[in-house]
Amino acid sequence: MYTKTIAQLAKGLQAGEYSSLELTQSYLARIKQHHSLNSFITVTEDLAIASAKQADAMLATGNVPLLTGVPIAHKDIFCTQGIKTSCGSKMLDNFIAPYNATVVEKFNAAGAVTLGKLNMDEFAMGSSNETSFYGNVQNPWAANTVPGGSSGGSAAAVAARLIPGATGTDTGGSIRQPAALCGITGLKATYGRVSRYGMIAYASSLDQGGPMTQTAEDAALMLQAMAGFDPKDSTSVDCEVPDYSTGLNNSLVGLKIGLPKEFFDAALNSDMAASIEAAVNEYKKMGAEIIEVSMPNLKLAIPAYYVIAPAECSANLSRMDGVRFGHRCANPANLNDLYIRSRGEGFGAEVKRRILVGTYALSEGYYDAYYIKAQKIRRLISDDFKQALEQVDVIMGPVSPTPAFGIGEKTSDPIEMYLADIYTIAINMAGLPAMSIPAGFIDNKPVGLQIIGNYFAEAKLLNVAHQYQQITDWHQQTPTSFE
Amino acid sequence: MQWETVIGLEIHAQLATKSKIFSGASTAYGAEPNTQACAVDLGLPGVLPVLNQQVLRMAVKFGLAIDAEIAAYSVFARKNYFYPDLPKGYQISQMDDPIVGIGHMDIEVNGETRRVGVTRAHLEEDAGKSLHEDFHGLTGIDLNRAGTPLLEIVSEPDMRSAKEAVAYMRKIHELVQYLDICDGNMQEGSFRCDANVSVRPVVQEEYGTRTELKNINSFKFVEKAINIEVERQIDIIEAGGRIVQETRLYDADKNETRSMRSKEEANDYRYFPDPDLLPVYISDELRSEVKAELPELPQLKRARFIADYKLDAETAGILSSSKELANYFESLVKESACDAKICSNWVTGDLIAALNRQGLQIDQSPVSYQRLARLLQRIADNTISGKIAKQVFEAMWSSEDSADSIIEAQGLKQITDSGAIEALIDQIIADNPGQVEQYLSGKDKVFGFFVGQTMKASQGKANPGEVNKVLKSKLKR
Repeated sequence: MYTKTIAQLAKGLQAGEYSSLELTQSYLARIKQHHSLNSFITVTEDLAIASAKQADAMLATGNVPLLTGVPIAHKDIFCTQGIKTSCGSKMLDNFIAPYNATVVEKFNAAGAVTLGKLNMDEFAMGSSNETSFYGNVQNPWAANTVPGGSSGGSAAAVAARLIPGATGTDTGGSIRQPAALCGITGLKATYGRVSRYGMIAYASSLDQGGPMTQTAEDAALMLQAMAGFDPKDSTSVDCEVPDYSTGLNNSLVGLKIGLPKEFFDAALNSDMAASIEAAVNEYKKMGAEIIEVSMPNLKLAIPAYYVIAPAECSANLSRMDGVRFGHRCANPANLNDLYIRSRGEGFGAEVKRRILVGTYALSEGYYDAYYIKAQKIRRLISDDFKQALEQVDVIMGPVSPTPAFGIGEKTSDPIEMYLADIYTIAINMAGLPAMSIPAGFIDNKPVGLQIIGNYFAEAKLLNVAHQYQQITDWHQQTPTSFE
Repeated sequence: MQWETVIGLEIHAQLATKSKIFSGASTAYGAEPNTQACAVDLGLPGVLPVLNQQVLRMAVKFGLAIDAEIAAYSVFARKNYFYPDLPKGYQISQMDDPIVGIGHMDIEVNGETRRVGVTRAHLEEDAGKSLHEDFHGLTGIDLNRAGTPLLEIVSEPDMRSAKEAVAYMRKIHELVQYLDICDGNMQEGSFRCDANVSVRPVVQEEYGTRTELKNINSFKFVEKAINIEVERQIDIIEAGGRIVQETRLYDADKNETRSMRSKEEANDYRYFPDPDLLPVYISDELRSEVKAELPELPQLKRARFIADYKLDAETAGILSSSKELANYFESLVKESACDAKICSNWVTGDLIAALNRQGLQIDQSPVSYQRLARLLQRIADNTISGKIAKQVFEAMWSSEDSADSIIEAQGLKQITDSGAIEALIDQIIADNPGQVEQYLSGKDKVFGFFVGQTMKASQGKANPGEVNKVLKSKLKR
C-alpha cells in the first residue's frame, strides 16, 4: 500500500477499498518503524487518527474534496495550530503555533490527514538538513549521505514512502535539491502562487512553498490544494488557478526546451552531465526541440543571493528575541543580556552566520555596495530568464552539481555548501516556477532533472514532467531498506 | 550676542482608522492590555502585514490639504532595532519613498503670516507600550497600540521661536481634525511631536548643532520645552562650550531637558524595503476621488466667514478652528435668521464658556443650535432682553426645555406695556425724592440709578428701551 501514489490512494479511498483510518495507521506504523531516518520532528498520531475518522465519515457520504482521507505531512516551517512548530530550531522548540498557515488550512479543507511535522534545516537555512536542531536526516538511498535541504525531512519521508506527499518550501533550492537527492518529484511554485501566510519567513522575497511527491501527477493534486490568492499575503497574486491535472497528457511534440550553456560548463560533474543529457534525449524522442540558450549573469546568482537572503533573514529573525515566545535564557540580568543569551543559545551557527552577514550588508555605508547592487543583479538574472523564455517553453538542466554527498562532508566549508544550490538559486531570484524530477542514478544515488518554466506556467511544467514519467520508472524506485 | 532659534517639528498624528495599519485588530483606546493585539501585531512567526487601504486615502487627503506632492509610487521599509515593545524587531515605516512629498502650512504669529515648509509625511506603525511601574522591578508590555497607523509629518527647520512652533503645531492639529483623519486627542497620544532645536548667532548663515526633544504631548509643553532648551544651548555656547547632537527628553515636572542618547549611541536602523509589502501606487483616480472629498479647509473658511458674515478676524478664527464649531455657528445663523454678529457673540461667548466649564466638545453641547436659535429669536422679537436670555440659556443648559417654555414657566417675558412700566416708575420716583432732586439739579449720573431701580422692580423684565423713554418723560428737567 505504501508505494501507492496520492492519485491511487484518493481513488482507493473513494472506492472504499480501504479506509483513511487503515491508511493512516499503516503510515503511522511505518513512520515508527523507520524512526531512525529522523525525517519527522513531531508525529501527531492522535490528531491524525481523529481526522482520519472524520475523513471516513465524510467519505461515506460521497462527493468529498480531492484529498479526503489522504495522509500528508508538513515541513515544520508551516504553522499548525496547537502543534509544535519549531522551524528546526531550538529557538522555537517550545513554540506551539496558535494559528494555522494558509497552506495548512487549505490542506485541511481539501480533506487531507496530517500525520506530523517534518525535519528541516534550521529556519530553512541549509542544503543538507544538517543545521537542524533535531539532528540530521538520513538519505533513504544511503544512510551515510544527506537528504539535501532545507526540506530534507519532507524529501526523505516521501522517498522512504513514510508518507505519500509532503509540503516543502524553497528559497534557493530547498524543495528541488532534496527532491533530487532523494529521488522524488518536487515543485517550487511561481513566487506569489502559494500563500506565505503562516510559513515562517527566511527570505520573504524568495520563499515559496510547493509539493513534494512521488509523481508529477501527485504534485498536480497537491498544488491544486495549495495554490491560490490569499488576502493575508500581500505578495500572493490574484490570478486564476488552473486545473493542474487536465493537461498532464498533452503531447510534447514541438515543445521547445532551452539548455543554458552556463549550466553545462566544467563545474558540472561528468556523470551528472551524462544523466541530464540522457533525460533530454528522452524528450527529443517525444518530439521536443532542443535549443541552446545563454544566461550570462547566472554566475552572479550565488553572491547576490547571499546578500539578499541574509539581509531579509536578519530582519525576519529579529522577532525571535526571547520576549514573547520561543527560547528565553535563564535568569536574564537585564534587557541586553536577555537578547544576547536568548538569541545566542537559541540559534545555531549557520543561522547566526546569515544574520551577521545580512546585518552587515544592510549597515550604513555598505547598503548601496551590497544590498542595492545585489538587487540590480537580481534584475539582470530575471532579464536573462525572460529573454530565454521568449525563445523556449521550458528550460532544463541539473538540480544539483552532484548526487547526495556524505554527512559532515561539507559542514566545515560554508561556501562549498552554498555551491550545492548553484543551479537552483537563480530561479528564486527570478521568481519562476521550477521542478525537480527523478532522472536516473549515479552510484545508486538519485539524480534530479530540473525543469524551469515561465511565470504561472506550473501546468506546463507538470505536463512536461508527467510525460517523462510515462516513459521512465526512476520515480517508482524505492530504496531497498524501505521496501 | 543676538541669537536666533531654529526649530523643525516631527509630528506624529494617529490616523483615525477602525483597524490597525497592517492587521484587522481594533485601534480603540483604553482596552485591557494586550486584548487588541492579534497574531500580526504580536509579531508571531509566519504572520504577514496587509496594508489598510484607508490609511492611504488619509495620507493622500493630508497631502492634498497642504498642497504637497503625492508620490505616485511609494515604498514601505523596515526600520530595524530591538526593543521589547517592538514585536517584530523592526518597525514598518517609510524611508526613501514617502507617500507625501514637499508641501507647506501658513501660520500667523503676531499678526504676521509665515510659511512653514513641510518636507514630507510618511506612514508607519506605532510600537506598543512598556510599563515600568506596578511590576515590582519587572517590565510589563502592552501591545494594544502596536500597529496603530501613524502619519509622521516632518517640517523644514523654518520656525524661529517656540511661539511659531506652537502656532504651526496648532495649525496641523486643526487641519488633521478638519480632514477627519485624526481625533487630535493629545492625552491619549493621538497627536504628539518631537522638536529639533538649534540656535545660531543672527548673523550666521549655517545652522547650529541641533538636539531632538522627544515625545512632547501638549502645546504648553512644546513651548516650554523649546524655550528651556534654547536657554540651555545659549548658556553652553556663551560659556564657551559646544552643543552635542543628541536626543533629549523633556521633563515637564522639573521643566528641564535631559540627555537620552547621543549621536554616537544612535542606532543604525538598517532601513531596507519591506519584502512583505508591495510598493504602493497612487492612481490619478484615487487622487481625484480624495480631492473631491476634501472639506472646506480652515483658511478658506475663515476668509469666507469674514466676507460673508462680516466677522472680525479673531472671531472668524475661533469659529473656524474646528469644523464642528463652524458648522454649529453656520447652522445657528441659518436656523435663527438672526444677525450673524449676535450669533457669533453667543457662540464664542456664553456657549464656549459653558462648554469649557464642563470640558465638553461642541458636538456634546446640551444646547443644540436649534434650541439656541429659538432663544435668539426671542431676543430679536423683544420677548426677552439679552440679559434675561443669559438666564434662560443657563436653564436650557441644565434641562431639555425649550427657550419658550422656560420663559413661560418662569414668567420672564419682557414688560413692554408702557402703562405697567409707568406705574413702576411712578412708585420709584415717589420713594426716592432725594435722588429726583439731585437729578433735576443737573446730576446726570443719577439717571442710571432710576433705570437700575426700575429693572430691579420688574425683576429684569422691563424693556430697557421703554424704561428709558418713560423715565426721560417723567423726569423732565
